[in-house]
Amino acid sequence: MSAPLLQIKDLRVSLPTARGPAEALRGISLTVDRGQTLGLIGESGCGKSLTALSIMGLLPELAKVSGSIQLNGEELLGLSDEKLGRLRGARMAMIFQEPMTALNPLHPIARQIAEPLILHKQLSRTQAQAGALELLERVQLPRAKERLKAYPHQLSGGQRQRVMIAMALACGPDLLIADEPTTALDVTVQKEVLQLIRNLVLEDGMGLLMISHNLGLMQDQVERIMVMYGGAVVESARTKDLFRERKHPYTQGLFASRPRLGLARGTRLVTIPGRVPELIDLPKSCAFADRCTKVVEGCRKEQPALIATVQNINNSEGEYQVRCPRWNLS
Amino acid sequence: MSFMNRALHHPSFVLGGFLVALLIFAATISLFWSPWPPAELDIPNKLAAGSSQHWFGTDSLGRDIASQLLVGCQNSIMVGVIAVGIGLLFGVALGLWAAARSGWVEELIMRGADFAFAFPALLMAIILTAIYGPGLFISIAAIGVFNISIFARISRGAAKAIWSRDYVTAARAAGKGTLRITLDHVLPNIASILIVQATVQFAIAILAEAALSYLGLGTQPPQPSWGRMLNEAQTQLFQAPMLAVYPGAAIALSVLGLNLMGDGLRDLLDPKMSRHR
Repeated sequence: MSAPLLQIKDLRVSLPTARGPAEALRGISLTVDRGQTLGLIGESGCGKSLTALSIMGLLPELAKVSGSIQLNGEELLGLSDEKLGRLRGARMAMIFQEPMTALNPLHPIARQIAEPLILHKQLSRTQAQAGALELLERVQLPRAKERLKAYPHQLSGGQRQRVMIAMALACGPDLLIADEPTTALDVTVQKEVLQLIRNLVLEDGMGLLMISHNLGLMQDQVERIMVMYGGAVVESARTKDLFRERKHPYTQGLFASRPRLGLARGTRLVTIPGRVPELIDLPKSCAFADRCTKVVEGCRKEQPALIATVQNINNSEGEYQVRCPRWNLS
Repeated sequence: MSFMNRALHHPSFVLGGFLVALLIFAATISLFWSPWPPAELDIPNKLAAGSSQHWFGTDSLGRDIASQLLVGCQNSIMVGVIAVGIGLLFGVALGLWAAARSGWVEELIMRGADFAFAFPALLMAIILTAIYGPGLFISIAAIGVFNISIFARISRGAAKAIWSRDYVTAARAAGKGTLRITLDHVLPNIASILIVQATVQFAIAILAEAALSYLGLGTQPPQPSWGRMLNEAQTQLFQAPMLAVYPGAAIALSVLGLNLMGDGLRDLLDPKMSRHR
């Protein structure tokens, strides 16, 4: 097909606050194709989740959006809620961060999984129940058959997240968005759940947009990574290139501040000095300038452009974008 | 502990439930049987004391008090059911609509509710009877309109809280429309609040009807009503004080029972309370 699965061009979102509009997203562009996996990385408030919500059309009503979001070539921005509703759950689905609160405590899980099937595929209740069981088995919920009638509070966090994944996959969407799907889970379960999502995405040839603040977890899960800071993409590359190169000072800071096993006792964790700027008074300059170790006068004048280069590792070429004029100076 | 088990160990729920059950039982019996026809006059026997013939005695026209009390239950229950029913039906629908559609729809509905709420049920009933003349259905309608504003406010507030839950966002992400989310997610999750409020409003409706009938604006003779019995007892308060005590006690016990039951339900239906117990 000609049109990419998901194409976002210059997405800008501004949220009204008590102190005036906050520019939460400042020109995001990205593409995800069928069978591709893209990771969005950044710390809290950098606009990762907002990007996801923009795609789903679930932004707060007062948010001002501009730019373009196309799914299979169809423009999503400005689409009526009714038309969006037909796409949500059917063509694009989302897994949420908190499996504890993202399930309705009053309904058995089978009913919650069956609902999108009834809604989008017009299945009967019994057909949908059978579909729910199939889905629960696909997401490897242990003893799925006995658990059809279980209520959310009877399941563990990991099991609930599997239920959420089953709900998201119910109608076989083209695009799956996972917003920090493992943040609320035990470390031991995190890898399992990520692996599950990845396998399901590969099996069905879906496009995956995975959001996380955990670099280590992303390494094996996605092909490409975009690092976000202050509502803008600062670095974008194939995962292996990014892990090797780390051209942007912010990415370098992120890597340096990963906690690692085997450090000598008493070694202090490296941190990035300073604080994340508040979205409301983001400077016109590079948003990272005040925390950057390599900052020069020019960084404070205007937002640097994304510089595109080509990275060649072992004869495989990949596009590499970085938003820093000093990326090739050490 | 199961719900039944917890319910049976909740003192105010048990007592309230017992009183309410008694009220319903009495009303049911009165549909088939009462010691005397409630409106039958027996002038020679007027203002009789309690006896095996007339358990609670007779009033100034010789009517049997026990029969009037018994049949009066029907009236109270009917008023409560209809007035609360009107309130639930329209109030909850309006409240849910307001919560689902913020913006001017919400403003309009809620300011309308504020306006209706500004007139106490009794005052509203007096206004309506001034326009349409006294009668049972006018007073029920007035209490019902007042209830609409109460239920609209409560359901809108509770529904707003549910709308901000993650599972509602998840449902929207699954493509559900506003109506489906309201019916599948919002309404069931605010049901317990509404049930509790309904019992309280039921008590208020009974009280309001009694007050209106006492003023002569509610139930009209010969239909027996506790409020009107109070009114009629007033003139003989010194000769036959018990005439006022019986219907007064019936009203007080019904209202007490409903309020206790509402309190009990509030505890029983609130998962946080049950854990602390």
